[in-house]
Amino acid sequence: MHITVDETKCCAAGQCVFAAPDIFDQREDDGIVILLNADPPEDQWEGARQAAAVCPAVAIEVQE
Amino acid sequence: MTADAGVVVVGASAAGLSVTETLRRDGFDGPITLIGDENQPPYDRPPLSKEVLAGTWPEDKLKLREADSIAALNLDLRLGVRADSVDTASRAVTLSDGSQVRYRDLVIATGVRPRRLPGTDAVAGVHVLRTLDDARRLRTELARHPRLVIVGAGFLGAEVASVARAAGATVTLVSDVDAPLSDVLGNELGRLLVDVHVEHGVQIHTGVRVVGIATEDGRATGVHLADGTTLAADAVLVAIGSIPNTEWLAGSGIPTGDGVLCDEYCRAAPGVWAAGDVASWHHVDIGERIRVEHRTNAAEQGLAVARNILAGSSPAPFVPVPYIWSDQYDLKIQIYGLPRGADSFTVTDGSVGDRELVAVYGKGGRARAAVGINMIRPLRTARALVAAQTDLTSIRNERVTA
Repeated sequence: MHITVDETKCCAAGQCVFAAPDIFDQREDDGIVILLNADPPEDQWEGARQAAAVCPAVAIEVQE
Repeated sequence: MTADAGVVVVGASAAGLSVTETLRRDGFDGPITLIGDENQPPYDRPPLSKEVLAGTWPEDKLKLREADSIAALNLDLRLGVRADSVDTASRAVTLSDGSQVRYRDLVIATGVRPRRLPGTDAVAGVHVLRTLDDARRLRTELARHPRLVIVGAGFLGAEVASVARAAGATVTLVSDVDAPLSDVLGNELGRLLVDVHVEHGVQIHTGVRVVGIATEDGRATGVHLADGTTLAADAVLVAIGSIPNTEWLAGSGIPTGDGVLCDEYCRAAPGVWAAGDVASWHHVDIGERIRVEHRTNAAEQGLAVARNILAGSSPAPFVPVPYIWSDQYDLKIQIYGLPRGADSFTVTDGSVGDRELVAVYGKGGRARAAVGINMIRPLRTARALVAAQTDLTSIRNERVTA
């Protein structure tokens, strides 16, 4: 699995952090997504898929 | 077509697409039909009143998925066609092109449409904002630096006011309530937002009803108010709420009222589900029937419906912490939960004066919602209070209401 994020689309909802806290964080000042791990271990894949599915800005892409 | 009946999803926007993607991701390999009445691939709506209206994004950036991702879902995709009726006895949907599609499970994701001012449908210069075409038309008007009158002072009207001021329009907001922007957020933050709009040069008329549109040669020239005033206008945006698209279900036996009336599993009838703006469901944690017209809910509810379709006899109640956001000028407003109906308001971080704050809204002594303005991390902490419906006594003792 490989994850990419589009910071220009991110709307700082933070839904990804709730879904996969080991993969995503948010910048302190404006809440834009920080990708902590673009290639997460398999036990985090479901969280990554969930994050991409619920991102309200369609800013997360998961390639498998 | 006599193929096996599969899942038919009516509505090809965020909720409908989420249903189809989750079904495939979770292993459903039966037929899926996705029906959309707009003649274009699924696209995202929140940017319409923000980046698209401002012209800062190319329209291409709106598409919800790349063409190859949609192709990989192996859908029977029917765009530019409407669902006209459903027969729940034979489990078939009739489309506007005369064709019929049979279903085992039907997902209603037909969304909402803007409420209009009576008699203004054919008046040039009177706009609503829901679709990409609507946004294009309004953007064209803004390029002429018009006098824009916005009827209705909810989030949509307020976002457009913000974009229109930046685009050089003269903007007037008209609201029939005394405290615009307060119906969701309450008086404290409603006042803050009114102040911000006034500072940015927006004129605000409150507590007055719009009674009609002045026209000349079929084009809007002003807005008549109930107090006898007429506001001159080159363009008018009507942003007075939405109507769920449920008329096509008339006579089907599927319960409708304020939207499609579902149980806690988002199920409206055997084999019939609803997701997104159109879906009203019983939220068992909040203890109320709610309908949420916001982007995040569309994706989350679509996901939940797909999983419940696949869950057979053991569906799970849909119990999200609703999330919405609004961008106005340099303010990012983020809301978890349902502030409307709260009976207490406590600023837990920052301050109203600084326009950086987190506030927790309570009802019956328990956290019901958290609102952040330009504050990210503390809001995440506050969301946890909302999710757990935390007793607010300790919080109030810690920090007195601002």
